Amino acid sequence: MTALTPLDGPDVVHAEPAAPEHVALWKRLPVVRHVRTSVGLQRTMLVIGIVLMLIFVITAAFAPLLAPYGYAQLSSGDVNFGSQQPPSAENLLGTTVGGYDVLSRTIWGARPAFLVIVVAVVLSIFAGVALGLVSGYFGGWVDRVLVVIADALFAFPSLLLAIVVAIVISGGQSSMWGGVMAAAISLSVVMIPQYFRVVRAEVVRVKAEAFVESARVIGSGHLRIMGRHVLRNSTRTLPLILTLNCSEAVLTLAGLGFLGFGIEPTAAADWGYDLSKSLSDVTSGIWWTAVPPGVAIVLTVLGLTLVGESLNDLADPRLRRRRAAKAAAPLSPVTAVPGGVATDRVPGVESIDDLEGPTDLFDGPFDERSDR
Amino acid sequence: MTSTTTGAPVGVAPPGPTTPATPAAKSRRSGGHLGSYLLVRFLLIFPTIFILVTTVFVLMRATGDPITASLGGRLTHDQLQERIHEAGYDRPILVQYVEYLGNVFRGDFGTTISDNRPVTEVVLTYGTATLELAFYALLVALLVGIPLGRIAAARRDKGVDASLRISGILAYATPVFFAGILLKLIFSVWLGWLPVAGRASTDAQIEIQRNGSDTGIFLIDAISTGDPSVVLDVLEHAILPALALGLLTGGIFLRLVRTNVIGTLSTGYVEAARSRGVNERRLLRQHAWRPALVPIITVIGLQVALLLSGAVLTEKTFEWKGLGFQLVQYLLARDFVAVQGIVVLLAVVVALTNFIVDVIAALVDPRIRY
Repeated sequence: MTALTPLDGPDVVHAEPAAPEHVALWKRLPVVRHVRTSVGLQRTMLVIGIVLMLIFVITAAFAPLLAPYGYAQLSSGDVNFGSQQPPSAENLLGTTVGGYDVLSRTIWGARPAFLVIVVAVVLSIFAGVALGLVSGYFGGWVDRVLVVIADALFAFPSLLLAIVVAIVISGGQSSMWGGVMAAAISLSVVMIPQYFRVVRAEVVRVKAEAFVESARVIGSGHLRIMGRHVLRNSTRTLPLILTLNCSEAVLTLAGLGFLGFGIEPTAAADWGYDLSKSLSDVTSGIWWTAVPPGVAIVLTVLGLTLVGESLNDLADPRLRRRRAAKAAAPLSPVTAVPGGVATDRVPGVESIDDLEGPTDLFDGPFDERSDR
Repeated sequence: MTSTTTGAPVGVAPPGPTTPATPAAKSRRSGGHLGSYLLVRFLLIFPTIFILVTTVFVLMRATGDPITASLGGRLTHDQLQERIHEAGYDRPILVQYVEYLGNVFRGDFGTTISDNRPVTEVVLTYGTATLELAFYALLVALLVGIPLGRIAAARRDKGVDASLRISGILAYATPVFFAGILLKLIFSVWLGWLPVAGRASTDAQIEIQRNGSDTGIFLIDAISTGDPSVVLDVLEHAILPALALGLLTGGIFLRLVRTNVIGTLSTGYVEAARSRGVNERRLLRQHAWRPALVPIITVIGLQVALLLSGAVLTEKTFEWKGLGFQLVQYLLARDFVAVQGIVVLLAVVVALTNFIVDVIAALVDPRIRY
């Protein structure tokens, strides 16, 4: 696993402003740091999630080596695979209605999914963070309007929005890049509001801090204040939404594929498309065309969600406080997870209390309210 | 989680020592009357719908005109131009936009190209089926998610909690159509207990039609035939779709309930009650549950959007002839007027639901004011 760490590097680097302690840099990266601070079930979930994510990334990267056949290959040598063949030595998971090898298509299917995640996340992070920063920093009517728009888009069923955008971009079925871009752009339309809201909320909070005031007093320009002082202190919740959005991306791509907006089978392997084709197989008891791509989707989303969920719990003081206290007690302080309890006391991490949780759908604004 | 829980713009004013610039701070100064909050919240529906209608219009028109999209290739160039001219798609886009807005405002969402029916009629015909499915699914989700979420919160960090949480995450990770396919495979094909697809068997459908009661909600229609076998048939068909959609939504509810109940269980007043010797069950039931309800209601309301997306996929999986099923048909027929109409109408439904949810939240919790 050590050799693979660089793989999840790029995913992770843009997250945290360096904290002022002298722990090695890589240990302070999100995810790595989270593994170190987590204990018990939390840590198990996080580690399983990371392993699943790595499997997914490796599969996507090395699909040509891992898959026995190409995604659009109908025959091996001179022998045709045949249609709907049950699992055999040649086709370990059988063949589809179209005569493709199920195992190969399942492995190849990681590629478009991975690409969609990367493109969608990059697009929406840049747009969402920039908009949130400017909107939150300057405020005024632009801010109000953007908030209303973001809320309107946020409330909209994302799959429907994705369908509309998919029509625009690809006019329905398409090549690999057409399908990937259609899914990615439609996802970013849904995701930009999320980044926008989170970053904006943080920016509004940070800009009232004394250090921003000081920067203004010594005559720093808006751009410098925004970039150096505000932005760098407003990105703490991003890794978290990021992982949750990645899983949403995979699910939406699959949904689009299932509804017939997927990628042509000859252009790339698409789990959603394969599942929609397997719908009629299932009625006649053919399970091998449906189960593999479905399981692939579930495992991919599971990995991403486990990581996101763990980050969320670790960041949420309501969900963490008791566990940290508990974990500290039974374990002897010397053998306790290195830095597990100690890191909690590090200033940069501790201020999590004012995360005010605009983090995901699953926790309400309750902690602040109930405290009054 | 400031406004994420509310569908509406900064609706449930999130508390705010940390967000001095949001309306939240203002509201406390102005006192925040329920009436004015409701009014403002109601008025906010209009910009929301306006934005959605505009977004969809702009996006759909970016593809060109709907007539070429649906009939291109089947008609000659001149015929096409004639049709386009008749429908007014050759006028400036701004004129079309204003006209479209006016039509939407009057409740006219256009006429489908492929089968020449008003979109509102399509939605009314098939919407009831979707409504029925969504209702069953919501029922399953609530019955599964709320009790289990409470158990998970009460048994926090124990084995039960761990397994419930993992099932919740699994439920989220499973696409609804894959869950549907698995259920179908197991219960319909291998065990043969339940029907594979559809809303009722042909016989039952005929009987329902002969009976004449036509609410579109099959269960009501079936009951009004007075024939128990028809009712049973309709229910049998509903089980798998309701389970597929409901269990997955229930997983979300479970996590939501768990998080919020844990949140209230660790507040000061619960600690105070605990220190006075109130037992844990009573703490959960009386002290922690009620205040946890507000965010739960709000987020459950938000899930309507999710439920609708899910319904589209579930309907395709089970050939449940509802709005989602119909939407897919129109998509395949490239009838974008129909698609646009259905999408916009659904957006209106979502906006209205979010409004209702916010109103309920405001009634339940007097601290919520704009």
